[in-house]
Amino acid sequence: MSGTALAEGWREYRRSPVAVAALLVVLAIVALALLAPWIAPQDPYDQAGLDLFDARLPPGEVGSGGYAHWLGTDNAGRDLFSAILYGLRLSLTISVSAGLVALALGTAIGLSAAYYGGWFGALAMRVVDLQLSLPAILLALVLVAMLGQGVLQLMAALVAAQYAYFARTAYGAASAERRKDYIEAALSTPLSGRRVLLRHLLPNTLPPLIVVVTVQIATAISLEATLSFLGLGLPITQPSLGLLISNGFQFLLSGRYWISVYPGITLMVTVLAINLVGDQLRQVLNPKRRR
Amino acid sequence: MLGFLLGRLAQAALVMLVMSVLVFLGVYAIGNPIDVLIDPAATPDMRAALIRQYGLDLPLWRQYGHFIGNVLSGDFGNSFVFRIPVLSLILSRLPATLELAVTAMLIATLLGVPLGIWAGYRPEARSSKVIMAGSVLGFSVPTFWVGLLLILFFSVEFRLLPSGGRGPVGPLGLSIWSAQGWTYLILPALNLSLFKLGLLIRLVRAGTEEVMGSEHVRFARAQGLPEWQVVGLHVLKNIGIPIVTVFGLEFGSTLAFAVVTETVFNWPGMGKLIIESITALDRPVMVAYLILVVLLFVVINLVVELTYGFLDPRVRLKGGA
Amino acid sequence: MEPAPGTGATPPALEVRGLRTQFPGRAGVVRAVDGVSFSIRRGEILGLVGESGSGKSVTGFSILGLVEPPGRITAGQVLLEGRPINGLSGSALRRIRGAEVAMVFQDPLMTLNPVLRIGTQMAAAVRAHDRVSRAAAWARAEEALAVVGIPSPRARLESYPHQLSGGMRQRVAIATALLHRPKAIIADEPTTALDVSIQGQILAEVRRLADATGTAFLWITHDLAVVSSLADALCVMYAGRVVERGPASAVIAAPRHPYTVALVGSVPSGHAPGARLPQLAAGLPPQGPGGAADAGCLFRTRCPRATPVCATPPPEAGFGAGHTALCHHPAGTTA
Repeated sequence: MSGTALAEGWREYRRSPVAVAALLVVLAIVALALLAPWIAPQDPYDQAGLDLFDARLPPGEVGSGGYAHWLGTDNAGRDLFSAILYGLRLSLTISVSAGLVALALGTAIGLSAAYYGGWFGALAMRVVDLQLSLPAILLALVLVAMLGQGVLQLMAALVAAQYAYFARTAYGAASAERRKDYIEAALSTPLSGRRVLLRHLLPNTLPPLIVVVTVQIATAISLEATLSFLGLGLPITQPSLGLLISNGFQFLLSGRYWISVYPGITLMVTVLAINLVGDQLRQVLNPKRRR
Repeated sequence: MLGFLLGRLAQAALVMLVMSVLVFLGVYAIGNPIDVLIDPAATPDMRAALIRQYGLDLPLWRQYGHFIGNVLSGDFGNSFVFRIPVLSLILSRLPATLELAVTAMLIATLLGVPLGIWAGYRPEARSSKVIMAGSVLGFSVPTFWVGLLLILFFSVEFRLLPSGGRGPVGPLGLSIWSAQGWTYLILPALNLSLFKLGLLIRLVRAGTEEVMGSEHVRFARAQGLPEWQVVGLHVLKNIGIPIVTVFGLEFGSTLAFAVVTETVFNWPGMGKLIIESITALDRPVMVAYLILVVLLFVVINLVVELTYGFLDPRVRLKGGA
Repeated sequence: MEPAPGTGATPPALEVRGLRTQFPGRAGVVRAVDGVSFSIRRGEILGLVGESGSGKSVTGFSILGLVEPPGRITAGQVLLEGRPINGLSGSALRRIRGAEVAMVFQDPLMTLNPVLRIGTQMAAAVRAHDRVSRAAAWARAEEALAVVGIPSPRARLESYPHQLSGGMRQRVAIATALLHRPKAIIADEPTTALDVSIQGQILAEVRRLADATGTAFLWITHDLAVVSSLADALCVMYAGRVVERGPASAVIAAPRHPYTVALVGSVPSGHAPGARLPQLAAGLPPQGPGGAADAGCLFRTRCPRATPVCATPPPEAGFGAGHTALCHHPAGTTA
């Protein structure tokens, strides 16, 4: 995309104040996650640094560390603010990397299915469609159950549950483009097939893929949190947002709401903001809207 | 028509076969259930006896052969944990899950269709913008977190409804016969419905907007049809097709997502059972659950495709549809 | 100008006076219809002719208050048998639509709902105005189909639009318009999507209906050849304004406005075989800053006869028998 196209896109994007606010929130969240080790008053993964005397302190209370826990502490005595920042870091790392891997894998499958066609394309898209008809949560559940728990296993489950969306999108966009005359024209020149694939087909599939990757990262964050909540995600020593919420769930009924609620709000705001950005990107990148 | 049906059935059977192999292989590759099930202090003889009893010493393909033969006769084996036949275990949990899922779908439909039509009919109205913002909320916020919020408000803060569990069960294994049953049902059903509600609102809105902008609505108006009839006749009929399609397909995913809601609300359905089975490595239960869910998906897909023909006269029932 | 209403014993079936409909555009307000006036007597067929974008369709929609927002009518009057109907409340206007003034659109494949049976759609149109049973509404629909010459109308009611041919669909649309014996029918390019032989049948049918029922027709088209045989009178629109009007035979035989001259000249029938058809120069109507109305002749940017005086409001030149043109340099006169 050229500079002027970007500027034009941004002008279009700016029309919705909600979407601009959502973008700012996403940027702020990413910054918080990146800077967590420097902002957080405590390292929540350092088991030795936790003091059970500090467990379940309500928000604002000063703990044994001598500083106020503005969001309270959890049942292991973790400062929730720190735990949330680290949890966010972990959730984002997992979801973004899973999203990017799924994007690469799915696009490769979708593009080659569209480019080569034939039995290979038909078979590949049949598998993709079959997988798309199954809910992502079910696939992730089975995979996590099969592979066991851990960061890599979780990412593998997320990738497996999501690549099909990218494959379908890339295939749809590329096969529509494949039928156009200019691709036929490019193929009739001495250009190599791979060059046509990368220089002509790929760029035309990018706009829809950008939208899908945004939405899928939000879905991945949700899915990861859900799996952790169900006790099928990350080990308890590395609490992601979902696990923090899950840990606090048992104390919810006794009125110690903060242990679940603050991580939950963080999760909700993150997912919502990303979705709103994705929604607006869909509008901006919609070819029908371009004049 | 008959050819179409047979072709579709054959395709469905093939999908089932492939899925059964995948599920079987996938699930049987998990860890070693012997370690979970058998007391580490057990003698080697006891171990060997149990392994034989469960057939875990046979090669995988023979285990699969056994398994598929048994499945076809409705025998999914015994649960490692509950020590009762898996099929009756799952079927005993089925009414709870179906009741939850159907209620959730009803809530989503009864709220989603009118809200979506309104938002599509008056896209510029402030109320429509609020509805659309709500729908983004509905399908982007994780289900389990919404469930927690519902418990926090309705059970902890205002003490209006129970925070979990299920009311007294009446005929057909359902709890909808008593008011008390509904007090337990309403929160989880609402929780499970929100994602579908958000999706449905967007779907209906898009459909309504398209139909309202169409020439046949203009023609209907030029004939002096009252607005309620323009919406009732043209919009409802035209958006019926995508709604039935997506909703039919979504019913399967509602059952899958019931896993989350059932865990949050401690609802004794199939979803809670599968989570417990995964944690306990109760393989027969996992396999049977997955096979049944896939079967359900295949059946739903088939039904949805057939319903198509009823709703849209233009659709010819051909193999490639 | 047409004679003022009230001079005759009965007012015209449909009359439009000084109608103006505008749309907000990027560069300001666009006057799609800019001061259009005409009147149609009972049983008369008025052809409203112009190229696409001339505002002829918007005129049709404006009469029944069916202009899609953000477009709106800002001036003018629509009179049905002398009774003003623009500015009526939504429900009062709704009772007129279909019952007293009906519309027929260009492509029935678009206007008929593909997922509803013909009978369902026609019965809905019947019951929009008359409280009758479903069975009675279907019977009325069946009669209407018979009137426009559709064979085995009962069976056709059970059909879906895609099961009918294009000509059949257009007959259904006309039958629907006839259901309530309206005083006027606005037909917007109703035969454009049909092939020529079907077109001829439909035109003959319309002529017969107008004579038999006394229904007034506003026949909107870009195709001068179609209306020349059908219409009693013609209005030629250019850029939202009526530039020439008069009896159809007079306008076709001796067009006065240079735009009409070009239109008539582009009809193939009047030329020797093999001769090149004259082409109209391309161009856009002039527009003042911010979309302000241009007072001069809007055709001057494309007109072969244009002179500097054309930037001033053109006078109405009369040629007898109600034949007039808005032009500084009408054809057949010396400039």
